[in-house]
Amino acid sequence: MLTGHQTWVFNNKPVIISTGTVGGPFEANGNIPNDFDLLHDDMWLKQDSFEKAQQTLMEEACQTAVKKSSIEKEQVQFFISGDLINQITPTSFAAKTIGIPYFGLFNACATSMESLALSAMIINAKGANYILSGTSSHNAAAEKQFRYPTEYGGQKPPTAQWTVTGAGCALVAQDGQGPKITSATIGKIIDMGITDPFNMGGAMAPAAVHTIETHFKERNIDPSYYDLIITGDLGHIGREISLDLLKKRGLSIQENQYVDCGLTIYREGQPVLAGASGPACSAVVTYGHFLNRMKKGDLHRILVVATGALHSPLSIQQNDPIPCIAHAVSIESGSDV
Amino acid sequence: MADKKKKNAPPDAQEYQAFQQQREVQRPIVKNCIKAFFVGGFICFIGQIISTFYIYFFHFTEQTVGNPTVATLIFITMLFTGFGFYDRIGQFAGAGSAVPVTGFGNAVISAAIEHRTEGFILGVGTNMFKLAGPVIVYGVFSAFVVALIKTILIQWGGL
Repeated sequence: MLTGHQTWVFNNKPVIISTGTVGGPFEANGNIPNDFDLLHDDMWLKQDSFEKAQQTLMEEACQTAVKKSSIEKEQVQFFISGDLINQITPTSFAAKTIGIPYFGLFNACATSMESLALSAMIINAKGANYILSGTSSHNAAAEKQFRYPTEYGGQKPPTAQWTVTGAGCALVAQDGQGPKITSATIGKIIDMGITDPFNMGGAMAPAAVHTIETHFKERNIDPSYYDLIITGDLGHIGREISLDLLKKRGLSIQENQYVDCGLTIYREGQPVLAGASGPACSAVVTYGHFLNRMKKGDLHRILVVATGALHSPLSIQQNDPIPCIAHAVSIESGSDV
Repeated sequence: MADKKKKNAPPDAQEYQAFQQQREVQRPIVKNCIKAFFVGGFICFIGQIISTFYIYFFHFTEQTVGNPTVATLIFITMLFTGFGFYDRIGQFAGAGSAVPVTGFGNAVISAAIEHRTEGFILGVGTNMFKLAGPVIVYGVFSAFVVALIKTILIQWGGL
């Protein structure tokens, strides 16, 4: 229940009973291919547009999550999801295919944890028995909308990030086997006046710091409570800046306790510059890689802080700064709680 | 406008921007310039080979060889863009592959390919010059201004 000003503690412990993660060819070639349920070797996924390919990614992630669980699709009450593309159409078309009542969200790359927090809240309040919560992104569709045509030979600065092609989905339930969602801190918009859309890590770092700091203050716990604090897509620059800011604020977070999904998904040598980004980045790495590690017993308590840069191409052209947000969700392994 | 906003930003934002700027990885300008020099030079070298070829085998003169050379370079760019190499060259070479005519060709062709899914009229037709359009607008406009200055100087300046 509400603890402090912006944190929910879930007394009924909603459970992530299964997850579905889907990736594209670049992810298959990355650092964690074994943590994906499904990998595609074609950017188009045999569709005739990148947007349709993204829709397919989302559908497959949801279908995989349901298939891996012991329930039927008809038992799921809600689908809570969003993405980056104009008016979140890939997600809405996927929701049509899935055919479950649907909440559409937009929080850019923070959508993954926004949807997980809302799902957990609804489940915790017994507003539903099962909820599918996920998000997707597609590298070429995002490039087309936010940057230049995919084949345009522009030179990107070293601060730029690479949008993940993929989709991640979690099936949240009242009870069952699996990691439990214990709390969530909803972030507020932090705008430090950064206007460069090729430096989202630097823009989003203060939002991540604010949410992390608030989470510990309102839950009255210490960073050592968590095995890992996982940020969404800060990349090299954002991760280092935010770690320094956190230390400056007096939070003792260890270097190896603070990891970033955007630095986990790809291996060294892939041309991703400062790291990965995109809504699917935090979704596939959390629901795939980190929850798998939790099931193996490597991790017991994690705090996932998904960060989002909520600009549009129009707001950037009109010289507006990038409004940033971060949402944190804590997940603890079943045996601990 | 951006500068005005920066000055009006609250002190904590100004402080953060200064801190962020120190930590931000800067573009390696010298390295980029050297790469651009060599790749750009290599593209011009190929252009020179093509124009020499046309002069020798097709009897063009130095005045008339420009058009077929540019057309050939743009055709090669089209293939490179379509097969997905040109953006990789661009990331490596920067201005070296953007400034020659091949960069202009790539800007048009990549936009045309990208918006094919929205149809030939509203997709390809509308968006083809999305990136190259400003080059044409300001290119033509600055040519006009230069011509105007030249005309004025000849007419009244007695040059």
